[in-house]
Amino acid sequence: MLSIQTFLIVAVIKTLIALVVLLTAVAYTVWLERKVVGHMQNRWGPTRVGPFGLLQPLADGLKFILKEDLTPPHVNKPLYIAAPIIAMVFAITSIAVIPFGNPITVFGKQIPLQIADVNIGLLIILGITSMGVYGVALAGWSSNNKYSLLGGLRASAQMVSYEISLGLSLIGVLILAGSFSLKDIVDAQSGVFWGFIPKWNIFQGQIIAFFIYLCSAYAETNRIPFDLPEAETELVAGYHTEYSSMKFAMFFISEYANMMTVACLATILFLGGWHGPMFGPALLQAVLPLVWFGLKVFCFLFLYIWVRGTLPRFRYDQLMAFGWKFLLPLAIANLVITALVVAWTA
Amino acid sequence: MPENYIVRYLPLLFHMLIAAVLAGGMVVLSYFVGYRRPTRAKMSPYECGMTPVGDARGRFSVKFYLVAMLFILFDVEAVFLYPWAVILRQLKMFGFYEMMVYIGIVLVGLFYVWKKGVLDWNQTSTRRGTI
Repeated sequence: MLSIQTFLIVAVIKTLIALVVLLTAVAYTVWLERKVVGHMQNRWGPTRVGPFGLLQPLADGLKFILKEDLTPPHVNKPLYIAAPIIAMVFAITSIAVIPFGNPITVFGKQIPLQIADVNIGLLIILGITSMGVYGVALAGWSSNNKYSLLGGLRASAQMVSYEISLGLSLIGVLILAGSFSLKDIVDAQSGVFWGFIPKWNIFQGQIIAFFIYLCSAYAETNRIPFDLPEAETELVAGYHTEYSSMKFAMFFISEYANMMTVACLATILFLGGWHGPMFGPALLQAVLPLVWFGLKVFCFLFLYIWVRGTLPRFRYDQLMAFGWKFLLPLAIANLVITALVVAWTA
Repeated sequence: MPENYIVRYLPLLFHMLIAAVLAGGMVVLSYFVGYRRPTRAKMSPYECGMTPVGDARGRFSVKFYLVAMLFILFDVEAVFLYPWAVILRQLKMFGFYEMMVYIGIVLVGLFYVWKKGVLDWNQTSTRRGTI
């Protein structure tokens, strides 16, 4: 049993480690995206800075800091400055309730690989991610620019529309696991059917829920094919048209951090979290869960990039029709069927 | 893991504070490090190089308000389903029937909104004068 002081110190250390890992991962996801999309379009992507352009994120970061930090006179200044901060804080906070593996034992003390081990983790994640819409909406409005306003409006309407399907697609998982705690949800997915099919939720009849989650998550994070808020051809850069320097970078970081959260959540809810084949000596067995978790998150992020390199953009009325007229009824149907099966066999 | 229930949430608060310090620090850093040489053209609203016409405080489509209202209605539905989903195994078929009544009522609402054309964003339905 840890005393409260040790518990809090450990928590702060875990936060610092998690933030460093998250921001590094964000930087290298940008690199990966540029590289992969480049190769998909028969280009090289970044090659100049370091081997394979691996130092490109560092150079980009430095450039962002050194660039001119403009605050145009026509903006609403307090909100204009607050918007990127709000977007980024909520984007990097949701990582706090995500478990990365089973608790580890250090110096005879059990330490969970999770910053805040709370029993309503899923609700907290949903709450925090939906706060992110404030950053976008405020940025669009406070910029006092037509492109920003349209981008911000589109983004908020799209994010709130798809949040409903996203929320409803998770209910099937909740019914199966019977808990809000992300750790319990992962534990409920351990084991195998018939000796080889893992008991991940995606194989437990939640494949439609996974599809709904996937579509809604792409819309929530404003990514292709749902990147209407920043449709370059019509809106320049959407809600961050008037932002420059580090403030622009912060919107970028929050977008990729949100992708990270979505990927972690998909791994935990549908892909069995850190469960995977276990083998080898004890030390390897201690590391393997983290490896499986990381691998699944990587695959999900790769899918994001792949989709970006493949699909064209939706039109706005198509986007709204897809969310409200297709995904929402589908999510309700999925939840009714799951509930019927579980209630019948319970 | 301390027994005190509230203490379990403190790491979340700390994480948020550290995130806020980080984000605030980035803004302050670029404010002090970046050079600043504003010109009149840089300071005008970006409108693809044209002289800006008016500002962005005009009117925009009422559709966005409708979506916001629908979101509140349906999100409340989703929130109401969460606690039910967690204890469905204990409620068994009774819980299922009860929730079907609720979902049925919500679906009637969705059907009404759909038929009213609130979910249509293309031009033709707007011209029809349904909304």
